[in-house]
Order: sequence, then C-alpha cells, then structure tokens
Amino acid sequence: MTTMTYLSAIGQAQLEAMEEDERVVVLGEDIRSNLYGTAPGFVEKFGRERVWDTPISEEGFAGLGAGAAMTGLRPIVDLTYASFMYMAMDQFVNQVAKNRYMFGGQATIPIVYRASMFYGSSMAAHHSDRPYPMFMNVPGLTILAPATPYDARGLLKSAVRMDDPVVIFEDATLWFAKQDLPDEPYDVPIGVANVVREGDDVTLVAISGSVPHAVKACEQLAEEGIAVELIDPRTLVPMDTEAILASVRRTGRLVIADPAHRTCGAAAEISAVVAEEAFDALRGPIRRVTTPDIQIPYSPALEKGLYPTPERIAAALRQSVGAVGAGTSA
Amino acid sequence: MTDVAQPLRLEVDDLLEMQRRMIRVRLFDEAVKRFAKRGEIAGSAHLSLGQEAEVVGACYALRDDDWMTGNHRSHGHPIGKGSPLGPLMAEIFGKRTGVCKGKGGSMHLADFRVGSLGESGVVGSAVPIATGAAFTAKVLGTDQVSLCFFGDGGANQGVLHESMNLASIWKLPVIYLCENNHYAVTTPASEATSVANIADRAVAYSMPGVTVEDGQDVLAVHRAVDDAVEHARAGGGPSLVEVKTYRYSEHSEGLRHAGVYRPDDEHAYWLSRDPIVRFRGVLSQEHDVDGETLDALEAEVKAEVDEAVKFARDSEFPEPAEAYEDLYSTRVVTPAPTA
Repeated sequence: MTTMTYLSAIGQAQLEAMEEDERVVVLGEDIRSNLYGTAPGFVEKFGRERVWDTPISEEGFAGLGAGAAMTGLRPIVDLTYASFMYMAMDQFVNQVAKNRYMFGGQATIPIVYRASMFYGSSMAAHHSDRPYPMFMNVPGLTILAPATPYDARGLLKSAVRMDDPVVIFEDATLWFAKQDLPDEPYDVPIGVANVVREGDDVTLVAISGSVPHAVKACEQLAEEGIAVELIDPRTLVPMDTEAILASVRRTGRLVIADPAHRTCGAAAEISAVVAEEAFDALRGPIRRVTTPDIQIPYSPALEKGLYPTPERIAAALRQSVGAVGAGTSA
Repeated sequence: MTDVAQPLRLEVDDLLEMQRRMIRVRLFDEAVKRFAKRGEIAGSAHLSLGQEAEVVGACYALRDDDWMTGNHRSHGHPIGKGSPLGPLMAEIFGKRTGVCKGKGGSMHLADFRVGSLGESGVVGSAVPIATGAAFTAKVLGTDQVSLCFFGDGGANQGVLHESMNLASIWKLPVIYLCENNHYAVTTPASEATSVANIADRAVAYSMPGVTVEDGQDVLAVHRAVDDAVEHARAGGGPSLVEVKTYRYSEHSEGLRHAGVYRPDDEHAYWLSRDPIVRFRGVLSQEHDVDGETLDALEAEVKAEVDEAVKFARDSEFPEPAEAYEDLYSTRVVTPAPTA
C-alpha cells in the first residue's frame, strides 16, 4: 500500500494508462510543466509526442481530441478548471456526444476529458462551477464524479479503457485528501455506486466533495442513535439507480447532498427517479441539500455557507427521520 | 494560378473519373431537389449544384486512406471521395439502409469506409475534428492527411482560427478548404469578412494560403489542393486553400429569396461557366475524348443515380426502437417508461 492524495492518485492512473497503451496521449494547458501535479515526469518518460501543451483554445483542443479519438488515439484531455468547459461547449454537445449516434455507430470515440471543480476557495464565479448537471443533460456522455483517491484512480483507469467519451469531474476540495492505495493497478467499474456506510434509518446519497461532509454528518447522527446508509454514486451517467432504490426501499427515507446548483441538478434527478420508482416505499418527503441557485461570490464571508456542510446535511437527516419539525433544507 | 495546362500526375482516365464524380454530384443533388419538392425527403436539403468542381477537384487529391470532414452543404463530399450512392441517398430518405442508418440525414452524412468522418450542421463545428485526425497521423507517424471543408460563413467562426493555430504550431497535415460561394445564407461574404480573400488569413497562421479564383475549373482546384496535400504529406504542415465558387440553388430547398440578396445576372454569369459543361469541353478539345464516350459516361451516372433513388425508395424505414441504438458502443439505452 502507498499513501496517495486525490491528485497523486490521478497522476498514478494517467501514468499507468500511458504505460499500458501507446495510443494514450495527454493534452491540455501546462501539462509538460506538471503545473497541476497530475503529470509528474511525463515528458521524460513518454516524450513530447505523447504529452502536449495546448494553447488556451479549449474549443479547438477539445474538438481536436475528439477527432484524434475517432481516428485511432485514446486521448486524455485536461480542461483544468471545469468553468473553462463552457468555451468548448459546442464540441462537447455537438461533436463528442453526437458523432457516434448521428453517424449510425460508425464513430468510436475513446476519449477522457478531465475537469476540476475549484469551488470553495474564493475564486469567485468564473472559477467555481460544478457544472456536471448540464452535461448529464447531454445524451452520449458518460459522467464520473469520484470522491476519494481510490475512486479517482480506479475510475480514470476504467474511463481510459472505455470506447465512449467520458467526462470526469474532479473535486478540488478533495485534492489533498489522503488514502492508502494498492501498489498494483486496479479499475473501479463505471456505473456502480459505492455504499460507504450501511444503516437502516435513512438513505443519504452524497456526490463528489459532499461525500466527506456526509460521512461527518453520519457520525453525528450515529451518536444520536440514527443509522444512516450513505451511498456515493461515483458515476452520474449511467447512474446506479438500483443501488439507491434498493436502499430507499429498505429505509423509506432519502436525503441527497449535492454541491451543484439546485435546479435540474443531480439531486433533482435522483429525487425524480426515487419518486417515480419507489414512491410507495417513501415514509416522508425527499430532502435535497444543494448549493442554492446563486452565483458564487468572492468573499469567504459570502461563499462559506453556500455549499452542503456536515451541519446542513445533519439537519436534513434529522428532519427526514422526524427528529425535528419539518422545514426546508435548501 | 487558374490555367488548365496538363497536370503532371493525372492520366486521361483520372480526368474522366473526375468528370464522372462531378456528374454524380450534379445528378444526385438534382434528384434530391426533385424528391424534396415532392415531399418525399423530410427536413432540409442544402445542395451543391454549381460547386461540383471544387468538391471533386479537392477530394480527388486525396488517397483512399486520407480523412475529411464536411459541413451542412455536403452531399457531394463523400461522393467526391468515392462513396457509393445508394446508402447516401437512402440516408437522405431516412431509411434503415442509409449510410448512418437514418440517424444523420442530409446534413450529417458520413462514410468512414472512404475516410469521410462526417459532416456538421453547426457551421465550423467539424473543423477541429478534421484537425484531430491530422493530429493522429502526426502522433502515429503515418503519412495520411486530412481535408477540412468549410464555407465563407464558417471562415468567421472562432473555432476555425483556434484550429488553424493548433495545426500551425504542431505542423499537422491538414488542408483547410474554404468553399467560398460568396453568401452565408443571404449575407454576402464581402460584408461579413475582414479580408478581400479569405486565404489571406493564412499569413496569421504561418501557413501557405492560396486563392483559386476560378473554382469552376476542376483542374485548377485539384492542382491547388494537390500541392497542399503534397506539402502536408511531406511534413510541411497545414495549408489554407480558398476556392471561389457559386451555388445555383438557394441556401436550402424551399427557401424563396431569389433576386432578394443576389442579382439575377450574377446567377446567369455563373451558369455560363458551369464546371461540368466546361470540363466536357476540355476533355474533348484538349484530350481527344470523343462525344460518344462522354455521352456514355453521363448515361452511366444517370443510371447509377436512378438506381440509388430506387434503392432508397424501396428500402424500409427503421423501426422506432432503433432510435435507442448507436448512442454508446458500450451500453444500450432503455426507452423511457410510458406514463
């Protein structure tokens, strides 16, 4: 076992992927200098023809990667800040997601896009987005949101092996989280949720950076005698709805913690699925703990309280099990 | 740069094949026009009538294993690259036997077997895809090249400029082929473009830029693109080739703006320089091809297009359940539950 951070686990996965398959290339801004720490020593090890620094042209290099994937390479494209993905939205929506379908299955597009969500660090609204719900609304993309170093490494390995386009939303609030990881390469399967903690009183689904906050909330509730089942979907598309439904059918209660905005978010989608498929099992209203529909302000004093916190998640869990009076948890 | 002197690498058989492909594009699109008018073709259709010389002259400079991407006015591009007509026509008719199984239609033909990586209904959007194919050739060290078609409208999209910059700094084997038909829908290129010739923009990206003034001359287009292909294959990097041409039809079938944005005498002028009529003259006068041979060639293509239309009309429509196929290679989408 080796102790790795979330960031170094991503670097390890990229290293293994490049060692295992010569068609894998990495491209993006400031890769060769290893600015973000996920490509240590890559130029020396793999050469400049497999490690590419792009100009600041997100639309151009996102699409170039797709064209390369359609013709024989397996690129990993690093978009750095998730907020910059909007510059390349046409390529994601009109080319990457649609080309296989529109051309009747002729195109195979094995590409991985990585984007980090830098919220919670006073970067203000142009650098703090958690945009995965927008991409969940685009059929054709596979969307991952790892919450641990173990999953960040294993999911990236699976993504590179996949023959369809994958977008990985990495959570910068987790960058320096540490975990002991196996020395041998491993994959984490796409589309399989992780039951982080078992319990019979209430189901808590937590996404990405909300997972560690959810763990703390579960610990608080345990002290109060309430057993929470915590599920991390890990994959947002395709979502492991069976795991969530099975849990809700047992607990009868659901709380969702999601750092994205509230409207049409991942939490909204999970709520809808559970309301449609397991309404008869529900013993009370579904509760969402999300970021409100406001842009992200600069001042720490303004930003701090907007995202799901252990306290907000715990409060929603108490409301769900009837430990306090009903009220909004948003 | 527009003379029609004997090209170096083309035999008479090649010239006849170029004429054959131009007539294919012409008769194919005339058939599409006919069936669109009758309501047998759904959606919209953007025809290449009048642009056959630039389409075929450019495609004919490629090898079978070279790549290309098209745009919304793109029935001709796969035809120019040698794609069989039946599945292309069936696609436009929305049939299961279509080259894209009825998922793409008129604006999104693709035939990967001939290197046609697809077309884009969003103007400029396929430009980085062609650039990425050239990136693959560069990384894998093959000598394939990539040909990227866009119009005078696409010339003003930001992604073209990002792509040309990328291709330039990485010396990618890609040919940016601007089909300048002078109008983006109804907007004259002269009013929408900062330069007199779009090829002038090549200077900003340190790549060769060539304007073919007579884009109705298939050999002039071929020569310019052939030079660019040779340059790319030899490791010289990208080129920008602009071809001045004209579309005879409106932007798309069913639009009625004739005379509103372009004068009638302009249309007559371009018709008088029809690329197929002119090249027939070149073949007979400069290459001693007899009229009988040329008539037979036209009859063969007519029969081929008739057969493609018959194939398309006789083919089955896809079953509704087929809408759920081909989104992912690795999993199947389940239909939405009925309420």
